[in-house]
Parts: sequence; C-alpha cells; structure tokens
Amino acid sequence: MKFVGDRHLRKEDPRLLTGRGRYVADIALPGLLHAVLLRSPHAHARIHRIDAARARAHRGVVDVVTFAELGSAGRALPMVPPHPELRGRNFAPLAADRARYVGEPVAAVVAESRYAAEDARELVEVEYEPLPSAQSLAPGTPAVHDDIADNLAGRVSLRRGDTAAALRAAPRVASLRLRIGRGGGQPMETRGLVADWSPALEQLTVWASSQVPHQIRQFVADLLELAPHQIRVLAPDVGGGFGAKLIVYPEDVLIPFLARRLARPVRWIEDRLEHMLAATQEREQEHEVTVGFDDEGRLLALRDRFVHDTGAYTPRGLVVPLLTASMLSGPYRIPAVESTFESRYTHRVPVTPYRGAGQPQAVFVIERVLDLVARETGRDRAQVRLANLVRAQDMPWDTGLPNYRGSGHVILDSGDLPSVLRRALEGARYEARVEEARRARADGRLLGVGVAAYVELTGVGPFESARVRIDAAGRISAWSGVTTQGQGLETTLAQVGADELGVTPPEVSVVTGDTAGVEHGTGSFASRAAVVGGSAIALAARDVHAKARRLAAQALGVGEGDLEQRGAAFSDRRRPERRVTFAELARVAGAATAALGVEPGLEATRFFQPTDMAYSSGAHVAVVEIDPLSAGVRILGYWISHDSGRLINPLIVEGQLHGAVALGIGSALLEEVAYDEAGQLLAGSYMDYLLPTATDVPTMAIDHLETLSPLNPLGLKGVGESGALPVPAVLASAIEDALGPDGGRVIRMPLGPARLMELLPPSAEGAPGLP
Amino acid sequence: MDEALDLLARHGEDAKLLAGGQSLVPMMNMRLVRPAVVVDLNRVAALDAVHGDAGGLRLGALVRQHALERDGRIAAAAPLLAEAAPLIGHLQTRARGTVGGSLAHADPAAELPACMIALDAVFHLRSARAARSVPAHEFFRGLLATALGPDELLTEIELPAPAPHAGHGFAEVARRHGDFALVGACAVLAVDQAGACRHARLVIFGAGDGPHLARATAALLGAAPAPARLAEVGRAAAEEIDARADLHATAAYRRRVAAGLAARVLTAAAARAKAA
Amino acid sequence: MAGDAVMHDVRVTVNGVERRARVIPRMLLADLLREEFGLTGTHLGCEHGACGACTVLLDGAPTRSCLVFAVQVDGGRVETVEGLATPGALHPLQEAFRTRHALQCGFCTPGILMTLVAYLREHASPSEAEIREALSGNLCRCTGYQHIVQAALDAAAHATAPPA
Repeated sequence: MKFVGDRHLRKEDPRLLTGRGRYVADIALPGLLHAVLLRSPHAHARIHRIDAARARAHRGVVDVVTFAELGSAGRALPMVPPHPELRGRNFAPLAADRARYVGEPVAAVVAESRYAAEDARELVEVEYEPLPSAQSLAPGTPAVHDDIADNLAGRVSLRRGDTAAALRAAPRVASLRLRIGRGGGQPMETRGLVADWSPALEQLTVWASSQVPHQIRQFVADLLELAPHQIRVLAPDVGGGFGAKLIVYPEDVLIPFLARRLARPVRWIEDRLEHMLAATQEREQEHEVTVGFDDEGRLLALRDRFVHDTGAYTPRGLVVPLLTASMLSGPYRIPAVESTFESRYTHRVPVTPYRGAGQPQAVFVIERVLDLVARETGRDRAQVRLANLVRAQDMPWDTGLPNYRGSGHVILDSGDLPSVLRRALEGARYEARVEEARRARADGRLLGVGVAAYVELTGVGPFESARVRIDAAGRISAWSGVTTQGQGLETTLAQVGADELGVTPPEVSVVTGDTAGVEHGTGSFASRAAVVGGSAIALAARDVHAKARRLAAQALGVGEGDLEQRGAAFSDRRRPERRVTFAELARVAGAATAALGVEPGLEATRFFQPTDMAYSSGAHVAVVEIDPLSAGVRILGYWISHDSGRLINPLIVEGQLHGAVALGIGSALLEEVAYDEAGQLLAGSYMDYLLPTATDVPTMAIDHLETLSPLNPLGLKGVGESGALPVPAVLASAIEDALGPDGGRVIRMPLGPARLMELLPPSAEGAPGLP
Repeated sequence: MDEALDLLARHGEDAKLLAGGQSLVPMMNMRLVRPAVVVDLNRVAALDAVHGDAGGLRLGALVRQHALERDGRIAAAAPLLAEAAPLIGHLQTRARGTVGGSLAHADPAAELPACMIALDAVFHLRSARAARSVPAHEFFRGLLATALGPDELLTEIELPAPAPHAGHGFAEVARRHGDFALVGACAVLAVDQAGACRHARLVIFGAGDGPHLARATAALLGAAPAPARLAEVGRAAAEEIDARADLHATAAYRRRVAAGLAARVLTAAAARAKAA
Repeated sequence: MAGDAVMHDVRVTVNGVERRARVIPRMLLADLLREEFGLTGTHLGCEHGACGACTVLLDGAPTRSCLVFAVQVDGGRVETVEGLATPGALHPLQEAFRTRHALQCGFCTPGILMTLVAYLREHASPSEAEIREALSGNLCRCTGYQHIVQAALDAAAHATAPPA
C-alpha cells in the first residue's frame, strides 16, 4: 500500500486554515429567517397554557410555534436500538403538556433577525405548574413518565459462569463503591440547522451540524410525512461532535418543520448556554463491585451492580449501560463475571453516548478493581495486570458476555494485549518511575505513578455505504455515508480510495455526510467511520478498479495480465504508447451497449456490513504530583501505547489520541455537570463547566502497535474514542499512588481539588506546597 | 469625561459603564444585564494615562490590564501588580480589560482589588457634581458592591510610594490557569533597619464576599518576620474570613488554602523586604 | 428593543480594506464581521468570553470579538483569519499548522491563529510552557493542544531563523 499508512497532510486544511470552512452558521440563503427556542426553566412541570400573542406581534417576528401547531408532527421521535428490557420513551419536536427537564424545547420563535427572535422569545407567556422532580438515582423518586412509576427504563443482567459460587470459593474477596459523574461532549461548535423547503420542487434541503444525516432524513420523513427522496440532509463542515451530535434531536425535526410551514429558509444556531442545558450528556453511574481473587492476584470472579442515570428520555435506549456492562471484563481473563444494571429515569437532559460511550465507566471499574487487588496482595499493579491479561495466543477471545447489540458475545478479535501494556511500561520507564515516586514520597512529596489498560469496541454496523465514480472528465469522486467532524475522513478515505485505484489522494474527491451522495448511510460514532466507512470505500473502489481494468483490456485489445497502470491510465505492457485514460474509459462506460458486457458507468456502490465489532486496545501510564497546599494535580508525564490495527494515517491517529486523552483529563479532573435539588443546572456556562486548556494537558508520548483485525478487508480498528477510555482510571491510579498509604482512595470522578483535599494524608497539612 | 459624567447623572441606575467589556458584555450577551444606556469610556481622553514613578504612581482607570505586565514604570513602582497581572484571565482578557473596570466590578475572586488594598491605593471618584477619594480598603463593600454611587466614575488609582525595605508576595489557586481564583492572597511587608517588621498588609481574596484585609498581621509588627510566626498569622487570617462554598470549592477548602497561601505570600514579602 | 431604532455608521479597516456598515448599537463585532461583511472565518463558540474562538486583532491586540460592540470599532483596524494568507501562499503559521496537523474540526482554529499571530509578534522565542500559557484562553476540544504547540514553536523558530 502506498498511501494507507502515510502521514498524509490533510486535504481539508487549506480551507479550514484560511477561514473558508462552511459551518452551518455560515450558511445564508435569500430570505433567511432565524429561529430561537424557548425552553422549559423547570425540571418537571405541567404546561397549562402558552400565550404567544405578544411575541407574534413583536417587530420582525414571522411566527411562534408550539406543540399545538405541529399537527401530525407532534409525536415522539423513534428510538434506536430496541431492546426487550427497554421501557423507552422519547421526546417530541416540542413538549406537549409536560416538560421533563430544564431545557426541553417548548416553543419556537421565528423572526427576521436573531436579535429580534430573542427579544420576542421573552414575550412568550407559558403557564407552568412546577412539579416535584426526580434528581437522584435512589428508588422512590417522582415518576418522569406517568406510566413508569418506578422510573426504571430497563434492568439487565449479563453473566458468564456462576459468579456467586466463584465468589464463595475465592480465597479473597473485596468490594468497592464507585461513582462517576455526568459530562458532555462539548464540541466547540454548538448544534444548528438550516432548512429550506422548495414548494416548486417539493424538496426539503437541510444542512445539519450532525453526525447522522441519514437518520435525520429518516426521522424527518417519518414525522413530516414526506418521502425520503424529497429530503436531502447534508452535514457541512462540522465543528466537532464527540457524541453531542449523535442522536436525532427535537430541533432536527422542528427546524425542517418550520421551513416547510413558512416556505422560507430557517436557520437555528444553538448558543452555548442552550447547549449546556439541552445537548445530551453521559457517564453518570453508581457502581458496587465485588471481586474474588487469589493470593497471586489472579481474578476469579467479578460482580458489578450499577445504577445508570438515563435522564428524562431514552433516544438511544439502553446502549450506554449495556456497553458498560458488556465491556466490564475489559482486556482480562475472568472466569466468572456478572454485571447487572438498572437504568433510571431522572428529570434531566437525556443521556446518550459521548466519546467513549459507557466504556470509560467500565474501564474505571475494572481498573480500580485491579489496583485494589494489587494493593491487597502486595503486588505491583502492572504485574497484576500482566498476569490477568488476555494473551495473543488466546485470540480470538470470547469474554462470555453478550455484546451491547445482542448479536453475540464480546469477542476480542485480535490484538496482543501484554505487548501493548509492556510497551507503555517501557516507554514510561515504569519501574524507574515507581522508584522515583517512592523516594519522593519518602521526602514528603505527593508523587505517584498510575497504569491502566483497556480494550475498546469499534467498527459497529449495521453497515456503511460508499459510492465511487469516475466521470467522463476523469474526475474521481467518492461518497460515503460517514460524516466528519474533524477526524480527517476527507483525507483518510481518499488515501484508501487512492490505493485501490492506483492514483494519488489529491485525485480522489471525498464527500461525506450527504444523503444525496449515498442513498443508505449510518454516520460517524462508536469509532466506526474509518473502519466501516473505509472498508466500504475500499470495496467500491476495488470494484471500479476491476471494471476499469476490464474495459481497458477490451479497449487495448489485450489480456488484463498485459495491462500496466501508471496513475489514471492503463497501457499495453508490451507497447506502452498504446494507452487509455480513466476519462476515456468512463466515456466508453457511459455509453455501454450490451456488447460491451458491462453495465453503464464507471461507478460502484458497495456496502460493508461488519460481521462483528473489531476491538482496539491500549495502555496508558501517567505520573502525577499533587500540590499539598491546594490539592491541585499536575500531570508530569503521560505515555500512550495503543493498537488500533492498521493505521490509515498515523498523524491523524496521533491527533485523535491527544484529543481523546485531553477530553478524558477533563472528565477526570475538571468537567462536572452538577444539578441542584430542583434540577437546575449549576454549571451552566464555561465559567463553571471547565474544559481543559493548553495548560491542563501534558505532552504525551505515543507508541503504535498494529495487529490487523481479521474482520475487514484492510485490517482496521477504530481509534476515535480510544484515548478517552482509560484516562480517569490511570489518573485515579496515579493519584492514589501519590496519596500514599495514609491517603484516601479514589472512588469518584471527577475529582476536583476540594474533594481531593479530603483525601490528602495528614502529613500534607501545613506543607508549603509546590511553587 | 464631562459627557460621560453627564450621562451618568441623567440615567443613574439605567446606565452601565463600558470599559474593557470583559465583565459587562458577557452578562449582556447572556441577557442577565440589560442597561438602557451603555456609556463607552474607551474614547474618553486621558483616562488611560500613567503618571509618576517609583515615588508615587497614578494609573488612569482605563489603563489596560496588560500594561501592568509591560509598562516598566508600573513594574518598578508596584511590582505586586506586575506579578499579579499575568494571572488575570487570559491574553485576550488583559488586552481589553482595564484596571478600573476590574476594581469597579469587584468580583470577590479578582486579583486587582486585593492588590490595591495591599498597596494602600487611593481611588479617585468623580461625578457631575463632585470629586472625592476613597481608600482602597473602604471601597469594596461586599459581593460585587463598591462605594461607587450610580452617578460616579472611578477615574484614577493613586499608589503611594512604597516604604523603604518593602517586599511583596502574590499567590493564587485556581482550577485552571487564568480562571478566577478559588482563593488568593497578596502581601506587602516592610522592615526597618534592624529587620523588624514595621508595616504589613495581607489581603485574602476569593474566599469570602470580597477581598479581606487581615487583622492578624498586627501581631507581626515590631519583630523579625520568622517563618513560624508568618504561618501562624496566615492561619489566623484565614479564620477571620466567613468563607463561602460554591460549585468549585467548599468553605473548609478555602480556609485551608487561604492559610497556606497567606503564609506563602508573607514569606515571599519578608524575603524581598529583607533584600530590598 | 428600543435602542435598535437608532442606527450607527461604522467605518472600520478589516484586513487592510476599509469597510462600512450601518448597525444597531448592540450588534457585536463578531456579528458585524460574520453577517455584515461575510467574513465567516471568525467563529462563535460561547458568546460569553470564555472559549476564544472569536478572537480577532483589534488595533493589533488579541480581542474576543463577542465582547466588543460593532460601534466601538469605528475608525479602528481589525485583522481576521481571512487576512493571514497571501494569494498563493499560506501564512507561515498556517503552514506550520498544516504540517503539524494542528487542527481537526477547524472551528477554534481561526481564534487560535489570531492569538498566536499577536503573541508571536511580541515574543520571538517562546518556550513550550509560555506558548501553552498564551493559549490558555483558547479552548480546543479536538486536538489536545500538542500539535498546536508544536506548530507554534515551528513558526516561531522559522521567523527567527537566519535567512537561508
């Protein structure tokens, strides 16, 4: 392969660097109207009456829409995926007679300018009857949905072996209670849409800052009762997703509804304060885990019971807790495992996956367990992990737990986990670091080393599609059903296509996220885009290449074995002056008669349907020092070893890892969504919801290992979320090490200085602190 | 200036002064504050002048915060300000944000109010009717509250000449670099020829409703500033504060950190005083 | 809003070109650039002065354009990301960003570029720690900052390198 594996510079960069990116807020159409949303200020309230008369009369206002005006569009959005245990409920484009979280959309105001729309929004009078709200995961909270009195969205138990018996038989048993708090993807670009209805064409065009344009098209078709071919949804340049743009939201249907109703283009751009309220979140769980082990630190049994906060609705069903439960054993061999969860409704913004999708929680649990086992047996934490890791010769390894889709077990397809861990340890000079930390602690410093390992589920189906075409001018275009929010697919998919077609990446023009480009598509999430999207591009490009060779052989009157390709042309190996270009072949194919023996067009549409998920793996090592005066954490060193199969573009992979680790640092030390007892968001802006800055993220060292996945043509595995998975775990491990034997245990994330202060050993009191 | 004062006199509470905009405009964007009138001070002549030298400095209220890091006269006359400045927000904040704006806004976690108290600064206020001066330690009246009347403008900050053999210290703890302090402290300490402390100011900020001028420093006067004594004074100073709790820190955390930072800044000030 | 009734004329030089607009008093500089002048390279990430995505240079100083009113820049000089490249060539900082993969989604990038342009004009040989501090007012969710810091160091070295 010439280009796959290359640190190819990105094709997207010239326009993004010069301010010529086109994000949804940059799209202006003649006659554009601006929509703003009125959102519930109550976590739980009946909506008795909405009086929009004064708002409608405001200068510049064109319309105010409430549930009453939605007509047949006034119903719940579909939920995916289904599950037999799920008692699911989803939101509608606007709240009807009940608001179930602060931020739930209640009305839309449409005006000639955003300033006017926001002014008019204040004039909409809503008669709310506030009701008590469910703000905890304890049983007995007020029902979020009247017909689900116990607030249970689902209860699932996944098992391997007989955990009860294994725990009884285990020489040693220990337990932990762990808590993980809520956070959000927080892309730098908030959500937004521009929708335009053409009465003449009876066509709806929607630009959406979304990870799933095809799903939006389907939901809009369902709710607005249009045929899918009447709707085109495009994701323009999107400023980050991280899961915040993964689901189809009420606004994704509402804005197109408004455009159709008003027969004028409508633009809605979410502002950051809205995003804090209304963009979905994830992570909040409370775990009680019990582990059975022996004196050598071998894991014999693991039982985890957890409660998961799913928020007020379940647009993504039970996916997040299922991922946590099914991935609980991580990269380790554990003969008996049981993971049971309850997903509970609360009057808060819904929970759907964000970068990591339930897996950081699983990694946190199993890695805290391993540190516990190491401590109890007096063994080194890295050695305990090595002793329990699934080995290369064990692959493929069936963990015995059903996967989150219910399509089989979690089966680690490939990898060499002990090597991955060893590389991290070597890269960090782990033993020297441990010794350094021990000496420093003897001197009174709070210095510690942490280690964590993980496997990550990637490359989920159901499928991805790709269409590759060479046109009569010789232009090569590739359309994919994936979308890009910064992960460089315009470049990486071009690298894949170029290798298959025998050309260079600049010659392959990649278009993602356009429902007019490919009829069926899934989108970008769950670390699937390069794996599934890349595989589909490879298959389609291969087909086109094969067809081109066949036509070239016919055109030159030689056998295919006598063809030689140089760039976008084939020649007769023995008489190289006889040559035919891609453009010429496309013209021939464009007029294909029966005699030619091929169907018209130098084009192919292919789907890649993965038979199973491909599993990436990795290990991180971190060195931290805690300032005894402030309990601030400094990350002094950070080493990453990872295996995501064949790397299409190592430069882009490194960027993904850096970014995901930074996000993980945020979720471990800084970012906390906090609510008061009434369900009001306390961290409602960037003053209080703290994202990591350049001074919070260390310089990281990365080591790549590539074990190819047997599950797709190129041996790819996903990497987009990888870096985020072990960060809270490795920092917990390092912080606990730094606190020393007289310090507290890290059982809760995020861990800000006030909480960490309470864990400091008594010797830290009155210490002068770090400079 | 007269136009600005006239507007303030006419509109009073309905008007807001716009200097750097780093505090006012976010609140307007979030629709938390809706003034009927915004009086833009940025073109008022001479409000951004810096006069004087180490013998006494006068800063116009509209002096940008980044001048505190860059202007050699300020670094010489009031090194405490030069040390605190890089911790005020970020590059962009300091390029626009003004000294007067920070003081008038009086965020309890802001650096400049505390520094001005420690430096015994005097603030000059003007209205259309009158002019008056208020010492810094009387200017801050509680959470986001100052001595400024609705028709008054802070025009100038006067810094007295520092005492001989004086030193300063500054430290703060924030969640991230550039954030408002969870707790901070600054100190000015002067010793006599024999090395005995003859002047001490310790101000703790971020812990309560406003900057707190510690009373406990009285115990330092007349004796050499020994480490154990400085630590004790730091602890006592922290106990004086009715510490607040919020999303980011508990009251207990703030008190504990305040004590540590107070000791640190007193130690730094004493060391510099000795070397001066 | 009552204040919208009075429009103001604004004349401002943007990237060396004089531009004019008639604006309501509360229009933000960011909206002036984006909506009136069509310079959509400057992005809005938070509108409360925390993320830095909207950073432009106002009279040479790095400024959050979401915190300045359009009327305030009358007679002033604004530089935005659109003014960095010359026809046919990227600015050295942009070139360094490309080479080092210092951008992913690109949304924060213009604000970071403008902040670094201002910073590097005044600091010829910054250390890594100094660059991280200089960037602490610009949030990036994609890159983890490491490549951005490398690109900034490259650009600083390039600017101070002796001519070949």
